[in-house]
Amino acid sequence: MSQDLGSSIPTRANWAEEAVAAHAGAEHLTREEQVLARIAKARARKPKMKEQRITLSHGAGGKASQTLIEAVFLDAFRNPTLELLEDGAQLATAAGRLAFTTDSYVVSPLFFPGGDIGDLAVNGTVNDLAMCGARPLYLSCGFILEEGFPVADLQRIVASMAAAAGAAGVQIVTGDTKVVERGKADGCYITTAGVGALEREVVLSAAAAQPGDTVLVSGPIGDHGVTVMLARGELDISADIESDTAPLHEISAAVLDAAGGGVRLMRDATRGGVATICNEVAVAAQVAVVLDEAALPVRPVVNGASELLGIDPLYVACEGRFVTVVDPAHAVAALAAMRAHPLGTGAAVIGTVKDDPPGLVLLRTAFGGTRIVDLLVGDPLPRIC
Amino acid sequence: MRFVDEFRDAGMARVLSTKIAELCEPGRHYKFMEVCGGHTHTIYKHGLEDYLPETVSLVHGPGCPVCVIPMGRVDDAIAIAERDDVILTTFGDMLRVPGGRGSFFDSKAAGSDIRMVYSPLDALKIARKNPDKRVVFMAIGFETTAPSTAMTVLRAAAEHLDNFSVFCNHVTIIPAIKAILDSPDLRLDGFIGPGHVSTVIGCRPYEWIARDAGKPLVCAGFEPLDILQSVYQLLRQLAEARCEVENQYARVVPWDGNTKALQVINEVMELRPHFEWRGLGFISHSALRINEKYARFDAERIFALPGVRVADPKACQCGEVLKGVLKPWECKVFGTACTPETPIGTCMVSSEGACAAYYNFGRFSRDRVKEATRT
Repeated sequence: MSQDLGSSIPTRANWAEEAVAAHAGAEHLTREEQVLARIAKARARKPKMKEQRITLSHGAGGKASQTLIEAVFLDAFRNPTLELLEDGAQLATAAGRLAFTTDSYVVSPLFFPGGDIGDLAVNGTVNDLAMCGARPLYLSCGFILEEGFPVADLQRIVASMAAAAGAAGVQIVTGDTKVVERGKADGCYITTAGVGALEREVVLSAAAAQPGDTVLVSGPIGDHGVTVMLARGELDISADIESDTAPLHEISAAVLDAAGGGVRLMRDATRGGVATICNEVAVAAQVAVVLDEAALPVRPVVNGASELLGIDPLYVACEGRFVTVVDPAHAVAALAAMRAHPLGTGAAVIGTVKDDPPGLVLLRTAFGGTRIVDLLVGDPLPRIC
Repeated sequence: MRFVDEFRDAGMARVLSTKIAELCEPGRHYKFMEVCGGHTHTIYKHGLEDYLPETVSLVHGPGCPVCVIPMGRVDDAIAIAERDDVILTTFGDMLRVPGGRGSFFDSKAAGSDIRMVYSPLDALKIARKNPDKRVVFMAIGFETTAPSTAMTVLRAAAEHLDNFSVFCNHVTIIPAIKAILDSPDLRLDGFIGPGHVSTVIGCRPYEWIARDAGKPLVCAGFEPLDILQSVYQLLRQLAEARCEVENQYARVVPWDGNTKALQVINEVMELRPHFEWRGLGFISHSALRINEKYARFDAERIFALPGVRVADPKACQCGEVLKGVLKPWECKVFGTACTPETPIGTCMVSSEGACAAYYNFGRFSRDRVKEATRT
């Protein structure tokens, strides 16, 4: 950010008139609506990387992450497959359609109630494949280890990876290890890539959501994020809660079996939580996603911790929950299929898709009011009082 | 959730909403200022305006502790953080606030050791763990958070933790309300008083507002029903031609405040002759600093600070927003040049800032979403 920020900002005394001129037929709008139209236009512009350095916000899954992905990576690697920015790439090969994905895991602490970085690294990549509608087949794993890392911890991580791979029915078939000097990494980082078979006819995409569709979530949200926050031990809060890390290939296949062509998309609610997925849908499909706060499944302990910390469970990460948008005619079948699976007993219908206003996620609050649910810039920052 | 759900009951809200509408004189427009940023956050987060008639508008006040910090103070804190031997700690809300040379996040990315804490006692813990480092806590907030900062200084003194210090930016609420009342551009019908500040200072310091300035004030809690009830109480005073200080938040706020907390503040801190508020300028006796007795814990005395006054960017209208003269969306750069991703003004940073609350929660046309949210 430059020192003379003030002089570089266009101060337009006639901005309201400009807004009207920019939107033909906007004369009937109130002044506030004109400003809103101007903001919508500004948000639709191609994202630009304004920062000089990477900050933690760029890894948090919110607006800063989106800017990094679209302005740096997508710009450099652009191709029709990558451009869709789905959880995994969907590839047509001579042998049939494949899904291909990769993800890195840097969680701290490495071990937390309900799981560790090992099962996270397997489940996360399995889930990205499952969300494309694929049957997960093979995984690769790359380890970056810090000099001095205890071998016993590594063995513990690898054992839980093996167990998770067994549970998900995938094989870890290739890998790589690098060791960096002490202080150059935080113990252990893992990158996994995965390949799965797309055996169904369906093409799932955030852009496929249509007005009238039903939005569902597969269970209580925010368990993983809150567990990890508490496990860091900085808050001096203890609570009876475990990470929800789990492979979603079975429950997602069950939804596809039950609701078939009615399923528009499935996404696992990792970084950025359910709020971020709904925003991705709203923007990609140019629809409004209307959520019902009273219908959101949130455990009391997650609600309590969030209230104390001043954060919103809608943005808290899950590692074993997914959001799906389905044709309303198939909603009952999809919900029943979720609830019939052990990972989906807490599944719920949480909202609907509308046509207007496009690109926005609205929340009917439990209190009875209305607000929007926007993307966060970076990690949720706690309020001070 | 117990102790929370009771204060978010939609049925009760509908009852209050009807009563509020009944109290409104036809044709009269009412403007109430919620002084505290916590209230602003609650209003938008729960969509509370849906329950108010169009003739009752809530004006957002100056009580967002992050919003009132001037850019020069951010630069001073970053200058401290840039020293190799320093760990700077502060509240999460502060981290994205832009100074003249970037934010705490930018400085952290460039190599400074800046850590988010939930309480000043966490900063003290870091000081204990890092005896070879100087740990500075950037303290912000009104009288609400000042006692915990003061307690932390007392604890540091008792433990002889001389590597700990406080960069004190605590401000006081009464001079800010005076500044609002002195502002010629604003016509208010009453105040929704800051509940958490009042748990410390009590309700007595507001009595002059009703007596001399002729504005009713209801000290309010932070749940949505608290705020609706406070609006009801204000309207009722106006309808009955009363002008008083009332305490809606009596479950937490004692009329005389928390004498122990006030004693702790007085032990460790003293009023500054004047302090710059972002957008409001210099206000006399409006902020606290560490006193002579605890000088060794005062970062302002320990470190040579640039202390340069940095003028707000020309386009920034945070001052007008903080005074309630402009609604967030009426600012020239709102939502285009100034967004939560690249904030120009503080009001767009803190979740208690009026601009951030409006941008993140309220950025929609009520007429257009009526259809979308119809059940």
